[in-house]
Amino acid sequence: MNNPPASAPPPAIDRSPVRWLRQNLFHTWYNSILTIILGGFILQVFGAGLTWIATKARWAVISENLPLLLVGRYPAAQSWRLWLVLLLAIGLPMSIWGGKRRRSPSVGWIYAFCAMIGISWLLGGGFGLVPVENSLWNGLLLTLLAASLSTVLAFPLGVLLALGRQSSLPILRIACTIYIELVRGLPLIGILFMAQFLLPLLLPGDWRLDRLARAIAGLILFNAAYLAETVRGGLQSLPRGQIEAAKVLGLSAPLRLWLIVLPQAIRMVIPAIVGQFISLFKDTSLLALFALAELTGIARSVLAQPDFVGRYAEVYLFIGLIYWIVCFTLSQVSRQLEVRD
Amino acid sequence: MSDRVKAKRLDSSIPVWRSLRFWQSAGQVGAAMGIAIALGVLGDNLLFNLEQIGIRLGFDFLGSQAGFTISDTILPYTPADSYQIALLVGVVNSLRVIGLGLILATAIGITAGIARLSANWLVRTIAQIYVETLRNTPLLLQLFFWYFAVFLALPNAASPLQILGWTLSSRGVTGWGLQMSSEFASLLAGLSLYTGTFIAEIIRGGIQSVSRGQGEAARSLGLKPLPTLWLVVFPQALRAILPPLANQYLNLAKNSSLAVAIGYPDLYAISSTTFNQTGRAVEVMAIVMVAYLVMSLSISLLINIYNRSIQLVER
Repeated sequence: MNNPPASAPPPAIDRSPVRWLRQNLFHTWYNSILTIILGGFILQVFGAGLTWIATKARWAVISENLPLLLVGRYPAAQSWRLWLVLLLAIGLPMSIWGGKRRRSPSVGWIYAFCAMIGISWLLGGGFGLVPVENSLWNGLLLTLLAASLSTVLAFPLGVLLALGRQSSLPILRIACTIYIELVRGLPLIGILFMAQFLLPLLLPGDWRLDRLARAIAGLILFNAAYLAETVRGGLQSLPRGQIEAAKVLGLSAPLRLWLIVLPQAIRMVIPAIVGQFISLFKDTSLLALFALAELTGIARSVLAQPDFVGRYAEVYLFIGLIYWIVCFTLSQVSRQLEVRD
Repeated sequence: MSDRVKAKRLDSSIPVWRSLRFWQSAGQVGAAMGIAIALGVLGDNLLFNLEQIGIRLGFDFLGSQAGFTISDTILPYTPADSYQIALLVGVVNSLRVIGLGLILATAIGITAGIARLSANWLVRTIAQIYVETLRNTPLLLQLFFWYFAVFLALPNAASPLQILGWTLSSRGVTGWGLQMSSEFASLLAGLSLYTGTFIAEIIRGGIQSVSRGQGEAARSLGLKPLPTLWLVVFPQALRAILPPLANQYLNLAKNSSLAVAIGYPDLYAISSTTFNQTGRAVEVMAIVMVAYLVMSLSISLLINIYNRSIQLVER
């Protein structure tokens, strides 16, 4: 046959910025017009925004109220305890993660348990520390506390509801389904309203729960229903062979659940659970409507100060930035977890 | 051999506490009794506590005079009307904002979703910034921002702003035949832009789930990009889009209850005022629950009907 053609080096790819501009911004005539119009509009808006930030906005409202926004009215003399709490809290996910890597998860759990006791002791006081009432825990501190506490406490309830919804006993299944669908059909503000005003009526008269406890109870009930749906998705996507193999090995139902089914099901839906935590973190802002001064609530009190009346844009933009940083970081973490799996 | 058959066959020869069916029935009876006891205790506490306060359960308070004004209503309403009429006004207000909000949010979501897939880098980045910014901030905060920092900061009615046929002032916005109070406008803007971000992500995911071969085949047949999107990609993407879209519509309907934070008299706000005046937590909460459940079920039902009509017909 004919000789094959002589081999040549690969064609050079032109990576110059001019080519990038032509391909991404000016590829067709209508794209070019769109780029020019949009670009001009964006530059104007950007310029106006930067001028406002630098000159007309008065940022004293943030700089003077920063401690208030972050930790509320926590006494300044006791603020060293908050740094310890932060240290313990950062250590929590690292200890559970590290424990798994070193094949000693029990160390991680022991640390988590001690850390939680330590955090509640440091925050509340008593037993040697000056007691700090929980109405003084405001701002970002309360937001983080409410979100974490309600997620952690809703976990057992949510898993039980998910298992109940899958159960073969009709009564249990119907009861769990009714609860989940009822709670998911109501807005969170309705559930918080019920927790604030209906819960005291349902409990015996001498059990007095303060406002924060009722609000967290409402968040737990709300979160448990959504968590149940997420975990149910994980349970349904578990291969049946796992359960059958566990039965063959002679594992009883509780052991099967604890050792085989739940670890795999929950690990499968961790990104969805992180997404739910992000939503809960944003939803704690609703506590402001029930006179609890978490981040959004304390922003409103800051705006009510006579020195800073009318500084809505500055304060809300700053608070928005705090929420955005936390939520965006968590969503990037969740994306990393998804990729790793 | 299944457990049930084995149990039946061996029922007579094994003691009752080793039979699976016995334990299953016992579990059911136990669960039923447990739930009944729990409900009984809670109901008992409720009645006892209500008696202590001096309030009786009953919906007769709905007929008494409301006595509060409602700032934004299209039905005729005076403070002399009953609570029933006030709650009806609330329902109509909620439906108003939800209806317009769904349409606006869908339009914004489709635009932003398609923009996220545009070939133009600037359009893509602007859409991405929009989605990532508004998705990660709470809706309540956005509503406060729209109401206090935007709509109430407009110039007062003596010298309003005029743009594109719209008259904007701190008392309300008017234009194109519509008239909206500041509360309604900020609720609409906040809800639509917030839900629009989630809808944009859903639409982007749906379009990306259609195999690229479809687009390439359409292109080789000579279809331009816009007809390809409309005739080939979108109808197929719709199957992946509808279930999460239904979820977002339900979220918008539920989030409309945040109107209470900016003073728009929707159903939740008016029932909250009713509760403050009459102290009837149980009845008011029951009304709110039924109303929102009916709304949620109707929206899911409508979308499920549409969903079923576009399913693939398989042999």
